Amino acid sequence: MSFVPGQPVTAVVERVEIQKLRQGENLILGFSIGGGIDQDPGQNPFSEDKSDKGIYVTRISPKGPADLAGLKIGDKIMQVNGWDMTMVTHDQARKKLTKKREDVVRLLVTRKSLEEAVKQSKGCYHKP
Amino acid sequence: MKQERRDRHRSKNRDGSIRGEKSVVIQAPGESLLDADSPREDDRDDNWGETTTVVTGTSVDSISNEDLTQLSKDSEDSSALECRRYISPALGAILGFVSLITPLAFLALPQLLWRDSLDPCGTPCEGLYISLAFKLLILLISTWALFLRPPRATLPRFFVFRCLLLALVFLFVASYWLFYGVRVLEPRETDYRGIVGYAASLVDALLFIQYLALVLLEVRHLQPAFSLKVVRSTDGVSRFYNVGHLSIQRAAVWVLDQYYSDFPVYNPALLNLPKSILTKKMSAFKVYNLGEDNSTNNSTGQSRAMIAAAARRRDNSHNEYYYEEAEVERKVRKRKARLVVAVEEAFTHIKRHQQEDAVISSPKHPREVMDPREAAQAIFAPMARAMQKYLRATRQQTYHSMESIISHLQFCITHNMTPKAFLERYLVPGPTLQYLDSNRGRQWTLVSEEPVTASLRQGHVFSLKRLDLSLIVTATPLPFLHIAEEFIDPKSHKFVMKLQSETSV
Repeated sequence: MSFVPGQPVTAVVERVEIQKLRQGENLILGFSIGGGIDQDPGQNPFSEDKSDKGIYVTRISPKGPADLAGLKIGDKIMQVNGWDMTMVTHDQARKKLTKKREDVVRLLVTRKSLEEAVKQSKGCYHKP
Repeated sequence: MKQERRDRHRSKNRDGSIRGEKSVVIQAPGESLLDADSPREDDRDDNWGETTTVVTGTSVDSISNEDLTQLSKDSEDSSALECRRYISPALGAILGFVSLITPLAFLALPQLLWRDSLDPCGTPCEGLYISLAFKLLILLISTWALFLRPPRATLPRFFVFRCLLLALVFLFVASYWLFYGVRVLEPRETDYRGIVGYAASLVDALLFIQYLALVLLEVRHLQPAFSLKVVRSTDGVSRFYNVGHLSIQRAAVWVLDQYYSDFPVYNPALLNLPKSILTKKMSAFKVYNLGEDNSTNNSTGQSRAMIAAAARRRDNSHNEYYYEEAEVERKVRKRKARLVVAVEEAFTHIKRHQQEDAVISSPKHPREVMDPREAAQAIFAPMARAMQKYLRATRQQTYHSMESIISHLQFCITHNMTPKAFLERYLVPGPTLQYLDSNRGRQWTLVSEEPVTASLRQGHVFSLKRLDLSLIVTATPLPFLHIAEEFIDPKSHKFVMKLQSETSV
């Protein structure tokens, strides 16, 4: 998941679909995000590369919509409903997730275990 | 039937046409009440001529009783004023003089009267003499410094503390003399050292009384306790001052001192609303009364109705006021610009003449050497017109005569001032003190509901009146302050970069 500026990013992603839950006047998703191009990437506990300024999931409320959809803590969000999340500010990311007119957000998330899983499956092929 | 209906229609139409002519019949409310009162008024009107007595003015030759009493009252007042101005310092001076020579008298009298029978008194007496001498000297100097100052104001009532102190000193000195007379003069006391000690104690006590006087008269009111708001009634200029515990009359004197140096001079020519707007307000619309002709009864009713109608009508005078103000400001700014340029140019015409130049200047162009007065007159001419127009635009022309402008110009040239410094006197309306002629005293009247010797308290309101304006003073106590302490360790100033902000979605 290292990011080289100017080079396309390749990642193994998982598609997560979260139904927003209505709580009073707000639609909530049940998780917290951290990161963004205007934040300090060195503070991110979940990133491999401490210069990664992507959006990460920092907390999941138990039994919330995100938890039920299979989102895990430490996931890096690559896309939200088609909007890119790898080069956005923190506030832009929040806005894309909390649009009032959308009931459903479809996220593309990536995590280290996915890479491992793909590598393992790839490696299986190569094993004689 | 149809005829009637047509008649009714026609009458309705006639009413409608009347309304179309834009005249209004206003039935004023409360007319019935007036009707009940009016016959009584009429009766009173009829009998007025018989029962009133008319006081005619006196002829030129005779002088009425009223005039006499007026004259005597005037002379009394003026003489009383003059006397009162000097009574207090005179009393104080007499008492002070008496109290200062009393110790010397105490020492001198036994020596003069029964010198032979006195006990000889050696070194201790001399020591006491020296201390007495120095204490008297200190008393003299401090009395001169503190009390022998010309009074700045005459107050309407007695100054309580000063009277108290004078009474105290008088009592004190009198009791000392009494004791002296009974115990020393009568039996011809021989113990001279005791007498010297007695005189020394008198001087000590006088020093303490002077300390008391200092505290009561000068020091007590230095610590601020009240905030006075002073508002001028004519144009609303207001200031806030902090004073200590004073009586109302002393606070009035203090406020007036500050008034003369803080408040800009009152210019009656600067009205609130320009005349054009005020006169327009007067021309309200006319009221036609198409009812019966009870004009006298309807007068109050009519005025009330007019006021009500005027209030209901849309009032555009604020619009005119706004534009008028903008216009006046623009005119003043234009004239000010012209004035500044003219003065700057005028100041470039003269230069201070140095002594060395006298040698250098060639015989072909002999420079005329002028003294400041002539120089001022020389450069006044090009700026006179611009100055006149500016003063007229800001309505200050009554305060500055041509003579005063030239003398101010002379003053500025003598002290090497720039044109801007010369102009500051005219661009900003200065404090009232600047325009006073300090020869005559100022007559102010103190109007107060509380007695004027009462000490200031919260909510006291008093006013100082003069012929054309009055100052209204309100006293509020200064708030009691709770000051708490917080200690900050200088090592505790630490900073970190902002952590990744976490937003829950």
